[in-house]
Amino acid sequence: MTGMNAHHPSRPPALELIDVVKEYPGTPPVRALDGVSLRVDTGELVAIVGPSGSGKSTMLQVMGTLDRPTSGAVMVDEIELSTLTDRKLSAARARLIGFVFQQFFLLDGATAVENVSNGLLYSGASKHTRLRRAARALDRVGLRHRLHHHPNEMSGGERQRVAIARALVHDPAIVLADEPTGNLDSASSESVVSLLRDLHDEGRTIVVITHDRDLAASLPRQVAVRDGRLDESASHLVGVSGAVS
Amino acid sequence: MSRWRRGDDAYADAPDEPSTTRRLEPSRLRPADVVGAAAGGLGGRKLRTALSALGITIGIAAMVGVLGLSESSRADLAQEIEALGTNLLTVEPSGGFGGGDGVLPEETVSKVARIGPVELVADVVTLDAAPLRNDLVSGNETGAIDAMAADLDLLDTLKGEVADGVWLTEATAATPNVVLGAVAADRFGITAIDEGTQMYLGGEWFTIVGVLDEFPLSPDLDRAVFIGKHAATAVFDAELNPSVLYVRTTPEQIDAVRGVLPSTADPESPDEVSISRPTDVLEAQQAADSAFTSLFLGLGAVALLVGGIGIANVMVIAVIERRNEIGLRRALGATRAHVRRQFLTESLLLSALGGAAGVGLGVAVTYGYASYEGWIVVIPRIAVVGGFAAAIAIGAVAGLYPAMRAARLAPTEALRA
Repeated sequence: MTGMNAHHPSRPPALELIDVVKEYPGTPPVRALDGVSLRVDTGELVAIVGPSGSGKSTMLQVMGTLDRPTSGAVMVDEIELSTLTDRKLSAARARLIGFVFQQFFLLDGATAVENVSNGLLYSGASKHTRLRRAARALDRVGLRHRLHHHPNEMSGGERQRVAIARALVHDPAIVLADEPTGNLDSASSESVVSLLRDLHDEGRTIVVITHDRDLAASLPRQVAVRDGRLDESASHLVGVSGAVS
Repeated sequence: MSRWRRGDDAYADAPDEPSTTRRLEPSRLRPADVVGAAAGGLGGRKLRTALSALGITIGIAAMVGVLGLSESSRADLAQEIEALGTNLLTVEPSGGFGGGDGVLPEETVSKVARIGPVELVADVVTLDAAPLRNDLVSGNETGAIDAMAADLDLLDTLKGEVADGVWLTEATAATPNVVLGAVAADRFGITAIDEGTQMYLGGEWFTIVGVLDEFPLSPDLDRAVFIGKHAATAVFDAELNPSVLYVRTTPEQIDAVRGVLPSTADPESPDEVSISRPTDVLEAQQAADSAFTSLFLGLGAVALLVGGIGIANVMVIAVIERRNEIGLRRALGATRAHVRRQFLTESLLLSALGGAAGVGLGVAVTYGYASYEGWIVVIPRIAVVGGFAAAIAIGAVAGLYPAMRAARLAPTEALRA
């Protein structure tokens, strides 16, 4: 397992944050991220762990280009994203990044395969291609038998698997999972974590944001966040620190 | 469960989109997918969709129906005018028909008939004889029906029709026989001609031989009963000075005839002769109908405006309710323009749905009512195309603000909701 945690100079970084600062306006301004630098290599499975309000969700938003840093650089798949236009950031999300959310965010009126195919909706792929790849992605997450079921016909664990398939269907450089087990019972949580590990074994780069120290400890690399900074000492409490500065 | 590594088998069977060219290629949303996403948004809220489209439906249906019925009625009137001919003139002494004071000289008919372009001429003479259903009815209870002595050419001149029985002939005009106008027959309760049915006219019994259809160009004659001129002189010793003259001319010469009629009818007092063209009344009726059409179109426009506000309202609510979906779409790679386009298309679909239903309803109402009235069914193309276009335009205007609001929503804010 430790081999997974080490940085491989031969592997290009899937994600790099370089001295990222994120401030929200106010008097005084609220500094949610305070000079964060982090490198996630291709093929890594990383937990970013911290208590509520520590800045981990802001970190996910900045990593995922859903929000811009006040200063510093964000690189995904070796492309500097922090200075791009809004249209190019959308392109980055469509091509390079996959999201998994705590609330799943599946469209109730769409079947599982349609929901997953939405992961390719903004790629310009034809409907036929999208559905074909979506079916394959659902097969990969063990839901081949649920292709045409609607979200309300599925368990929480299955819904999150659908969401994971949607995050993978466009073959992103990195998958960002925000509290992926936050809405699940322990059995479903275990199966989702197991799926994330399997995907990691296959070479996927995955960053899991969580406040759950046990979940973080079960992943190959942990990065602790506190008050908007990477917390080296806390990282040791949950496992091996992988933060770099 | 298959194993799946990035960059290899995922794209192995998709040579049309090689991974080497995909880096930061712009986000793309196909037009069909814009419509699909918009339709999906509406499909998830069927009842709300139907109710919010209803305003537009009512507005468009009102406009299409009003225009359709107005055109159908106008076409029917035009056909009627065409059938009746616009070459009919009436000549009467000033002071008006039924005024009782004025009459024309007795030889007027023969003089007018000699005018070259005159094709037919007929007159009626109002008689001082009370038409009663029978001798048990008081002499005052005539039901506002006049008795008239009529020329035998009256029916041909006015292009009138006999509803039942026969019109007067040389033989029946000389004896106590009477033909009833449509309203007169109705007032006397005569619906069909039975042999030997009589009425009491000016103290004498007359046999009813016919009932006429309505005269569209001379409704006054519907409230009259007609006897022959010979019978009028024989029974009532009446003088035969024409009360009204009906003149049918060649269509091209109607103005010329109109110019010479007063001096021909009454050379001594041409100023006391009034000439009119009955179809002018029908044409004036058309103009009056147009005024009502404008009023109803205005009401339809108000309904349409209210429908548009309804759509804008529903779309604003949809944007608020579907913030998560907007956030998700932005996370999946949608640009602001994609989100704007989706919500605008949704509004356009909603109004198009309402517009199509409105056009259908308007056409159905026009068809049903015009058929019921026996009119020619006319569905003006401008009403159908214009109605649908108006619905689309309203959808575009109503959807613009909600769509821009959706597009302005920051992804983080939308996902937090």
